[in-house]
Amino acid sequence: MSDLLEVTDENFETEIMNSDLPAIVDFWAEWCGPCKMVSPVVEELANEYKGKIKFAQVDVDKNRQTPARFGIRNIPTLILFKGGEVAQMIIGAQPKSYIEAELKKLL
Amino acid sequence: MHDLIIIGGGPAGLTAGLYNARARLDVLLLERLAPGGQVLTTDWVENYPGFPDGISGFELMDKMKTQAERFGLKILSEEVAKLELSEKRKVVATTQGPKEAKAIILASGATWKKLGIEGEDQLMGRGVSFCATCDGPFYRDQDVAVIGGGDTAVEEAIFLTRFVSKVYLVHRRDQLRATKLLQERAMAQEKIEFVWDTVPVQILGKDGVEGIELKNVKTGSVSRRDVKGVFVFIGTIPNTELVNGQVDLDENGFVITDNNMETSVPGVFAAGDVRSKLFRQIATAVGEGAAASFSAEKYIESLGEGQ
Repeated sequence: MSDLLEVTDENFETEIMNSDLPAIVDFWAEWCGPCKMVSPVVEELANEYKGKIKFAQVDVDKNRQTPARFGIRNIPTLILFKGGEVAQMIIGAQPKSYIEAELKKLL
Repeated sequence: MHDLIIIGGGPAGLTAGLYNARARLDVLLLERLAPGGQVLTTDWVENYPGFPDGISGFELMDKMKTQAERFGLKILSEEVAKLELSEKRKVVATTQGPKEAKAIILASGATWKKLGIEGEDQLMGRGVSFCATCDGPFYRDQDVAVIGGGDTAVEEAIFLTRFVSKVYLVHRRDQLRATKLLQERAMAQEKIEFVWDTVPVQILGKDGVEGIELKNVKTGSVSRRDVKGVFVFIGTIPNTELVNGQVDLDENGFVITDNNMETSVPGVFAAGDVRSKLFRQIATAVGEGAAASFSAEKYIESLGEGQ
């Protein structure tokens, strides 16, 4: 559905937890309307922060372990990772300015 | 200077944008997220005419957006930080800088009302939810509670039965406010158990919701249900913080307009859920958006040339 890196239960550890770059992961699903409000914003940010932050998404319908691992029970949820640790969780649809402010803290 | 700035990209804002773009006005629509509004949280829309089999909330809003853009509506994903509304000057300050317009349509909608009880904020995102279509599938084979008795509460309770093993529908009165068809569906649904005359007192749990404490308003008795999720649908509060003190609001904070959708400030109009009224539907929002667009156009014309 987008240009974001599609991450699964299988490669989450390699792609995100062991990533050299800070990462932001968009947890979404096809059935989630508000997720479709957030994903375009994340994609815009992905273009603006290319090479500085890794942008990824996890389809929670196809991947059940990763959302459970982080206690996710609401989507959209964005998780920001730095050095293999959760730096911030953004739950629900938040505006671009808010997400960007949180992203900047990773750099 | 733009002719018109529309604030909010739900059904009211997109309809106003469609009409005003076709009227060849210089119109800008500002939306803090992607367009769509609260309809995006609706799984299936059955009461918007023209779609006899219903349509998904997302698809309906995607179509409205595409239709408005086809006629040249500019939609910017910017959040409004400050509004300065007077008869003479209308300035919209967004996160990207200030913009000025001859007229404004407020279509900023409404947000879900919270219960305001202990545990709600702490467990937000950890079992407390305002969107069944987003979060329902996380509660497969578990018990959940839905709070409320209106259309949204009943509709979402029915939606949740696809996943959960049981829904307690907790309502403060002894009958539902929801439309009859929805009531019939809910009554026929074995997974829904009605808890009448009851209000939630506290949401229990540490890292996630483990239960809810309820109080019967008639007998005063307190009980507990072991649920993993609490879905709150007890109405909405208007998104009017930015206009408070500038345009007249009703006692609940909704914007008061006349029959032409004009607010107490000339050249400032309101449409959709943000407006003071009794019935909040996609169909009413669309109608008000069209009416507001017409009034705004007439207002801009009345200013004449050189303004």
